Amino acid sequence: MKICITAQGPHLEAHHEERFGRAPYFILIDRETGAFEAIENSFASGAGGVGPKAAQVLIAHKTNVLISGAVGENARQVLSAAGITMITYRAGGTVRDALEWYLRNNPGTPEGQ
Amino acid sequence: MKIAVASGKGGTGKTLVAANLAEVVSRTLDTTLVDCDVEEPNLHLFFGGPATSAEVCVPVPVFDLEVCDRCGKCAGFCRYGAITVLQDRILFFSDLCHSCGGCMLICPKGAIREEPVRIGQINISHPSSLLTLVSGILDEGQPHATPVIRSAKEHSMSSCLVIFDAAPGTACPVVETVEGCDACILVTESTPFGLHDLRLAAEVADCLGVPAGVVINRSDGRDRKTTEFCTTHELPVMMTIPFDRKIASVQNRGELISRRSPEWQGRFSGLFEQCRDLAGVRR
Ligand code: SF4
Ligand code: SF4
Repeated sequence: MKICITAQGPHLEAHHEERFGRAPYFILIDRETGAFEAIENSFASGAGGVGPKAAQVLIAHKTNVLISGAVGENARQVLSAAGITMITYRAGGTVRDALEWYLRNNPGTPEGQ
Repeated sequence: MKIAVASGKGGTGKTLVAANLAEVVSRTLDTTLVDCDVEEPNLHLFFGGPATSAEVCVPVPVFDLEVCDRCGKCAGFCRYGAITVLQDRILFFSDLCHSCGGCMLICPKGAIREEPVRIGQINISHPSSLLTLVSGILDEGQPHATPVIRSAKEHSMSSCLVIFDAAPGTACPVVETVEGCDACILVTESTPFGLHDLRLAAEVADCLGVPAGVVINRSDGRDRKTTEFCTTHELPVMMTIPFDRKIASVQNRGELISRRSPEWQGRFSGLFEQCRDLAGVRR
């Protein structure tokens, strides 16, 4: 299962970013192996439609879960149509904090994921 | 000649200036007054008469899912994020679409065609023998004002004098309105906020290469900061309208001060002469 966390920098110790479409980086974490990958959001400073564009990046990377603070209406529609679960996290801290919070609240790996 | 009336923010009296200027010059010159404040057009409140209207439509893509093979090229092309291609469907957000037509050109399957969608209308009336009023009206909830402004401008090209009342602010709709004009009247108030907004509006006119002059409205006589700004930026102060309850109440009744007072009629004629001089500067 792939988890995406919005971030201000390209690593696990970077600050969690609450905005989705305008997040500078997406950190993709493989829940099973713990491997992570940072993707720069090239649409972060775009003029419009940044939400759906960012959602398309997540779809292309076969993401299952998104942990972010504020997901706009258009992006929400794209993500839910693509079957990506959206989790709201607003406690601040680092990407690692957000990840640990999520894993604590969602223990165990569902079958088939 | 084309004159734009603009201001960095709303409520500065832009409409008052545009309406009175049009009222006065249309006594001798064939004039078209264009309301480009398409989200809140209000010039029609000062000029009666029956109007004819024309729809404003923009083309939006329609997808043929039978033909489409979900290659995703259209979504990759659309820099506004209006298209998302999924395995089983295509999501299209019309509010993000800028009607550029690119997706249709890029689709290798020919699966996209364009259909017109209404976003607003243009009303045209003739309040007096030499005056035409063109009002652009954006439909409620529509996000893109620019096509309606463009259409309003196209409907106004036959008169020898055209006066454009721009939307407040300095965003795209204002640029669309001011671009290509021969002179720009910047309406401001002599407050710190007014000065800040005047600076932004002056920058827009400057960037577009349109010579600008200033009208200070609701002046309480303490305009030193504003006049200093105008001097350093070589913006002539073309008119100062005092703070006066009588002017406001005339305006609120849908009347025009230049219709009722020969003095104001003369002052707005003077404003027009100065706009002519401004336009001459460019030549
Ligand atoms: S017409 Fe242009 S803006 Fe609209 S969806 Fe197609 S590519 Fe995007
Ligand atoms: S470019 Fe054409 S074929 Fe490809 S996904 Fe878009 S509509 Fe379908």
